[in-house]
Amino acid sequence: MSAKHVCQSLVFLFLLISAPVYAVPEIQHWVSAQGGRVYFVPTEGLPLLDVKIVFDAGSARDGEKFGLAALTSGMLDTGAGDWDADAIAQRLENVGASLGTGVSRDSAWLSLRSLTHPEKLAVALETAREILAHPRFDQKDFEREKNRTLLAIKQRGEEPDELVEIAFFQALYGNHPYAHPQEGFTETVAPLTREDLVDFHKRFYVTSNAIVVIVGEVNRADAESIAEKLLSGLDKGAAPPALPAPAPLKSAEVIKQRFPSEQTHVRAGVLGMTANDPDYFPLYVANHILGGSGLVSRISEEVREKRGLSYSAYSYFMPLREIGPFEMGLQTRNDKAEEALRVALDTLKDFAANGPTDKELEAAKKNIVGGFVLRLDSNQKLTEQVAAVAFYNRPLDYLAKFTEKVEAVTREEIKRAFRSRVDLDKIQTVLVGGGAR
Amino acid sequence: MQFRGLRLALLVVPFSLHAAEPAVHEFRLDNGLKLLVQEDHRAPAVVTQVWYKVGASYEHGGITGISHMLEHMMFKGTEKHPPGEFSRIIAANGGRENAFTGQDYTAYFQTLEKTRLPVSFELEADRMRNLLLTDKEFKKEQQVVLEERRLRTDDQPRAKMEEHFEAVAYTNSPYKNPVIGWPDDVGGLTLDDLKQWYDLWYAPNNATVVVVGDVNPQEVFALAKKYFGPLKPSNLPTVKPQGEVEQLGVRRITVRQPAKLPYLVMGYKTPALRTIGEEDWEAYALEVAAGILDGGNSARLSSRLVRGQQVAASAGAGYDLYSRLSNLFTLEGTPAQGKTLQALEKAFGEEIRRLQDEPVSAEELERVKAQVLAHHIYQRDSMFYQAMQLGATETVGLGWQTVQEYVDKVDAVTAEQVQKVARKYLIDDRLTVGYLEPLPLPEGARAPEETAPVGSDHVR
Repeated sequence: MSAKHVCQSLVFLFLLISAPVYAVPEIQHWVSAQGGRVYFVPTEGLPLLDVKIVFDAGSARDGEKFGLAALTSGMLDTGAGDWDADAIAQRLENVGASLGTGVSRDSAWLSLRSLTHPEKLAVALETAREILAHPRFDQKDFEREKNRTLLAIKQRGEEPDELVEIAFFQALYGNHPYAHPQEGFTETVAPLTREDLVDFHKRFYVTSNAIVVIVGEVNRADAESIAEKLLSGLDKGAAPPALPAPAPLKSAEVIKQRFPSEQTHVRAGVLGMTANDPDYFPLYVANHILGGSGLVSRISEEVREKRGLSYSAYSYFMPLREIGPFEMGLQTRNDKAEEALRVALDTLKDFAANGPTDKELEAAKKNIVGGFVLRLDSNQKLTEQVAAVAFYNRPLDYLAKFTEKVEAVTREEIKRAFRSRVDLDKIQTVLVGGGAR
Repeated sequence: MQFRGLRLALLVVPFSLHAAEPAVHEFRLDNGLKLLVQEDHRAPAVVTQVWYKVGASYEHGGITGISHMLEHMMFKGTEKHPPGEFSRIIAANGGRENAFTGQDYTAYFQTLEKTRLPVSFELEADRMRNLLLTDKEFKKEQQVVLEERRLRTDDQPRAKMEEHFEAVAYTNSPYKNPVIGWPDDVGGLTLDDLKQWYDLWYAPNNATVVVVGDVNPQEVFALAKKYFGPLKPSNLPTVKPQGEVEQLGVRRITVRQPAKLPYLVMGYKTPALRTIGEEDWEAYALEVAAGILDGGNSARLSSRLVRGQQVAASAGAGYDLYSRLSNLFTLEGTPAQGKTLQALEKAFGEEIRRLQDEPVSAEELERVKAQVLAHHIYQRDSMFYQAMQLGATETVGLGWQTVQEYVDKVDAVTAEQVQKVARKYLIDDRLTVGYLEPLPLPEGARAPEETAPVGSDHVR
């Protein structure tokens, strides 16, 4: 955008300089009697409560048993204490509560949403507590859930976008625990036993390895009580050791995997940054300009808007506890794959060499700062943001200081930080597609 | 259990479900534009959505996908704002924006910090009447849409199967065509087609503007008058009824294509709330029937077919209360390992028969209602979703009040009524069955001979 266009309209000019300061909700933090870290944000206006309990128990903790963390998480609500899957589901659904579990590479979580109506909330919390503390992992349920996982893994094989992502992570991470997909592979899931799950749960679902996020219309005393009760059945245990750092990439590599699709799915990237990287903000703003701001980002502008080569074209850093990826992605009809990839890589090279323009940097800051409130405008979003602060041990004023840190980023910082992380000589490129042979 | 009583009793938040319905303020401008405003003061943000009464179901043969194509072109500039500037202005104001097209509507939205509402009004009003359609932008965007079609449908075995399924299930209803359009139609669209479509439907008297957020309704009305007020209304075409003819027997379709797993879809022709006439309880009873089958992990499909009989790896049921024309009550699922499509179809059929033969238990019915009530409150955590519901019901001709009646209407449904609608509508004469039969796909492993380390400069 030329700034001229914005200024043509007085109303826009006025609005751009009068952004009011938004008071970011304050995060309250304490450690529970059992040693779990608790993060609480009280809200007003809706009679509901969101709770998210997060463990350092993601697929990076699978060891050699790829898929173990995901299957353990997936089985939590299929039987606990005195209840089977039907009883658990009925208890929750009778009071309108929603409960979910899931895993990422870094973490495993249980999330619960309930009305604050006292009896309903009590039932929801009691059920969640049993699921966390006393999952049954019954043999019969285990066999069924394992088979469902195996089918899901099989179905993954009809999705070129899944295949390209898996191959990309393998290219980036080699033997590192981040290399494999969360669900694992057929050959690693098939030999899993229920004892594997019991052991995994015992080792990782412990209070020393837990954070509890509470967001909703309750007071501090209630929140303290809720956290104590939720963790009350878990062992104290110990936090697991730090993950190893991924091995640095040796050289650029191009991997092509033939698939009978009309489009070729493309990924290109390198090892990027950790969630606690000192250059987090310059890199975040850099990527916002390069490929993180939807249709107005450079990659989208070049690939889609100027050339009509792809429906989506983007880039992002995925900050993890250890170094997460920086990746660019697009998908285009098979005969345009090389051209689209070249345009994306040229855009990357130009950005790495020259950084953003002053105008781009200013526009990015306006977008991030002016839209910051939109990241926190519902209890659900607030819960996710607080969980990320908590899990990665970011400072409690991280959200409050976010826009300030973004405002402080300079062009020079971006150029230096981006070049130091994105080594153009190490780019891993994966293409899946090309049509039938 | 250790949870009973004690400190949780301190959670004495005043809790009245029926007082919880938020006020919706309705305004109409002289040019016919409708404005709906709902206040939500929890955060200093505002959602704007502009809904047009036009979508895929308004299209005739040969130009399917034109509503969606036009939606893309709406970002390509006006006399005042060159191509792409709409998005850049919203971005510079910290906003998020996009658009979506359905069978019954085309809608555009922005989410902004609350003081930026005039920015979205100015831009939306401008492109409502002053879109500049150029051949240069159209040619590129046509390619983008064809890529979107490849991504979402052509390379997705299930989506492709569903596209074929709908084309067979409906005889003459426009719902037989995909929203994104048939490939030849999308490829054959011309700039003139788009100009005509734009001139026909994009007018203030064919639009509803929905605003939800930290705003004052009277101030929003004043802003709407300022920006949208000067726009001229159009003479809108009469929308043809296009009611689906009566189906006379079960229909079947098999789609064979490369895929890893088989997939089953069954659809029964059912009226929507808007087409059902006086007996509107029937639509809510169908909604409850879908809940009995698929309202959570305790519902029948999960409990009986996924866990009990283990005939399905996954299974779902759905009914769209708010469509403009009559629609389908659907069941869909993936057979469990070692089970066939036929076995799953039989199991679905038995669940339908059970709905017809036995009244649902009081406990199941209460559970569905408890969830409906809770989720109605959860939805209020999302300003965007609330705006969606108001905009959709208004645009299909039901009126936004329908959203607020929902909980009470569902609450009034009886076990006997669920049984009645199952006997009346979930019958073979209204049924279409679709099978996805997988053809072989190569294994997912990478071919080693195609892997070669190269310098980054060698990538072309």
